[in-house]
Amino acid sequence: MAERGARPRVPALQRRALGAVRALFTPLLPDDYLELINPLWSTQELRGRIERVQPETDDAVTVFIKPGWEWPGHEPGQYLRIGFVVDGVHHWRAYSLTSDPGRPDGLISITPKLVEEGVVTPWLVRQAQPGTIVRLSDVEGTFTLPDPLPDRLLFLSAGSGVTPIMSMLRDLDRRDALGDVVHLHSARTPGDVIFGEQLRAMARRRPGFRLHEQMTGADGRIGPDRLDDLCPDWREREAFLSGPAEMLDAMTEHWEREAHGDRLHLERFQPIIGQGDGELGEGGTIRFTASDVEATSDGTQPILVAGEEAGATLPYGCRMGICHTCVGTLCAGKIRDLRTGEVSGSVGEIVRTCVNAPEGPIEIAL
Amino acid sequence: MPSMIESPLARLSDQQIDELGREFDAIHDEVFAELGDRDRRYIVSMIEMHRRLVVLGRVLLLGSRRRPAWLAGTALLSMAKILENMEIGHNVMHGQWDWMNDPQISSSTWDWDSASTAEAWKHSHNYIHHTYTNIRGKDRDLGYEIMRIDPHQKWHPIYLLQPVYNLVLAAFFEWGVATHDLDFEAIRKGEKSKEQLRREVKGMLRKGREQIVKDYLAWPLISALASSAVHAGLAAARRPSLRERAARRLRRRPEPSPTVLELAIESFRSTLAADFTANVIRNVWAYAIIFCGHFPDQTYTFSQDECKDESRGGFYVRQLLGAANIDGSPLFHVASGNLGYQVEHHLYPDMPSTRYAEIAPRVKAICERYELPYNTGPFLRQLGGVQRTILRLALPGGTPRPKPGPFRAEGDREGDAAQAAMPTSARTSSSATAA
Repeated sequence: MAERGARPRVPALQRRALGAVRALFTPLLPDDYLELINPLWSTQELRGRIERVQPETDDAVTVFIKPGWEWPGHEPGQYLRIGFVVDGVHHWRAYSLTSDPGRPDGLISITPKLVEEGVVTPWLVRQAQPGTIVRLSDVEGTFTLPDPLPDRLLFLSAGSGVTPIMSMLRDLDRRDALGDVVHLHSARTPGDVIFGEQLRAMARRRPGFRLHEQMTGADGRIGPDRLDDLCPDWREREAFLSGPAEMLDAMTEHWEREAHGDRLHLERFQPIIGQGDGELGEGGTIRFTASDVEATSDGTQPILVAGEEAGATLPYGCRMGICHTCVGTLCAGKIRDLRTGEVSGSVGEIVRTCVNAPEGPIEIAL
Repeated sequence: MPSMIESPLARLSDQQIDELGREFDAIHDEVFAELGDRDRRYIVSMIEMHRRLVVLGRVLLLGSRRRPAWLAGTALLSMAKILENMEIGHNVMHGQWDWMNDPQISSSTWDWDSASTAEAWKHSHNYIHHTYTNIRGKDRDLGYEIMRIDPHQKWHPIYLLQPVYNLVLAAFFEWGVATHDLDFEAIRKGEKSKEQLRREVKGMLRKGREQIVKDYLAWPLISALASSAVHAGLAAARRPSLRERAARRLRRRPEPSPTVLELAIESFRSTLAADFTANVIRNVWAYAIIFCGHFPDQTYTFSQDECKDESRGGFYVRQLLGAANIDGSPLFHVASGNLGYQVEHHLYPDMPSTRYAEIAPRVKAICERYELPYNTGPFLRQLGGVQRTILRLALPGGTPRPKPGPFRAEGDREGDAAQAAMPTSARTSSSATAA
């Protein structure tokens, strides 16, 4: 079953009223008719309407979305999955919320950066139009500011990794809590800094907020060895890290060796497929019992991709192991988790096909 | 029973069949590679149109006491129900739109306005009928186990009644289909567990109850309430007319007007009648289109032996020979859920229906090259042929109807008609003496 939006918080009375007249519309729901007037009124799933698409850099935009029901709120740093229809097909992607939770206009925003070979970001950056309806999941994520706030904070970001951190900075700014905050951000050129103007303005306005922009095109990346220079007291700070996988891996190792690993908070969006510790296996054959399709994976291909290439129509969602839309029941064989390299598998196990590869021949009820 | 007529399948070599299989696979893959926005807009607009028709029809039927409102409301509701069952329900539940990854327009979540549950229908139709199409003893849709539609079926005296229950089936088709989904054969043979049977019967009763409550109770009640409310409102607002005042002065009684209760009952009845009529119109239409799918004169049926160890190509040939199209306008094809392209639908049951018309010329080209027939005909001729077969086969005996020869592109319509009337190959002429 394809992924759908979160269940919106609808007043109980309204839900009861809709339930009471359901018999008049069976097998459809009253919602199916209300949608004709306004698709945001669905009480079955949370939807939103794109209100505005605002360029941030040459290849990043901020998309402002009006949720169909009152926004239940989020913590700065959290993300949500959004279902976009691109050329007729629903695609779900996770994006950090870049909006301050307390916006008076009730809008939320995300700030995607173009990934040329992708499907969704080229559409968002070049084609998305105000008025388009999208589907919204529940808010997720544990990459958030602690409560109570630590005295000293360090934010470390690179590229589009700045997005969850921007949400936190906006929140701190509003709460007047930018007393001692260092932000080290890397981008290729000054023009590539997403939210560059806003960050610089914030730094001018708030003496306690120190911003360092590292232009990797000219000056190279910020490796762990640069920390002592750029932020000598980094060990004493509660640190928040968001960026590409190599950076996360290098910094995690550094923190664990040189400081307190538990003071480091990080956001890992992309599954570490084929990277990190995940050992790869030999792969194997996959039998999809319901579709009656045979496929083969070389050990790097997830079950889902191998099946699709063999012509099976399989359920899928995020393709990174978080939404559980793609699950199937394992009937036989062993699987390897491509994120960790761990081999497991017992009959009847529910398997996420997007992040697992077969380890030898398997059968799956999909 | 061995076949009374040899199908063109026997004439093709294994190599030809494999080649043909690859050609048909290629069409499928090409279409699926280019599905996109255009297709999505089509199905979304159909779904919206259905809902608009329902709203309009139901609103008109609030005034169903008035003849014009009754007629217009019933017509709109019938159109809506036809669209919902054929172009939307049948096709969505085939998985034709699953590629959109839409949580709502999906074979796994869709339900339709019919007595069959989605689950039972998908099993008996998508799986059994589409897999074993026209294989005698395996395709349970061949006569729906109550009719003799093929001369190979053994005669039984009960079939003497089939001209009568054929008409009853047409009017209450959805109930027939739902009952058929239960698969009495499997129950008798004990292939179905009691638990499963219980669940299926419960599902069917639930669907039946929901439709009856909606069409024969809830909406008539709403009409009754609406007309009483309007009557009460008018009575309160209206000042007595000059004539009434004059009549009162002359102590003559005004003409008796119906009471609120009488009005309510009348509205209830007329809306109930409208809903019933719409359901019957939908049923008769669905029956007519579906019976024209596999029972017209041109189609072949197959023995289980003929389909043993069938290859992919063999499957395609059987679908070509076992199904028949109906010629018609674009509007006709929408109303029939594009089942006027029954041949294309049977080749590719999961292809979005909008694409059938587009691939038809390519299917015809393959038929021409492999000297296979491409079965089609005008609606009334196809339906007439089916009815003739039903009448003829109520009696014992009968032989297959004459079959058309290989498809030829030139001559088109007239050539087509001539083909049907005049068997072209010596092989089929033996059966030209007809049922």
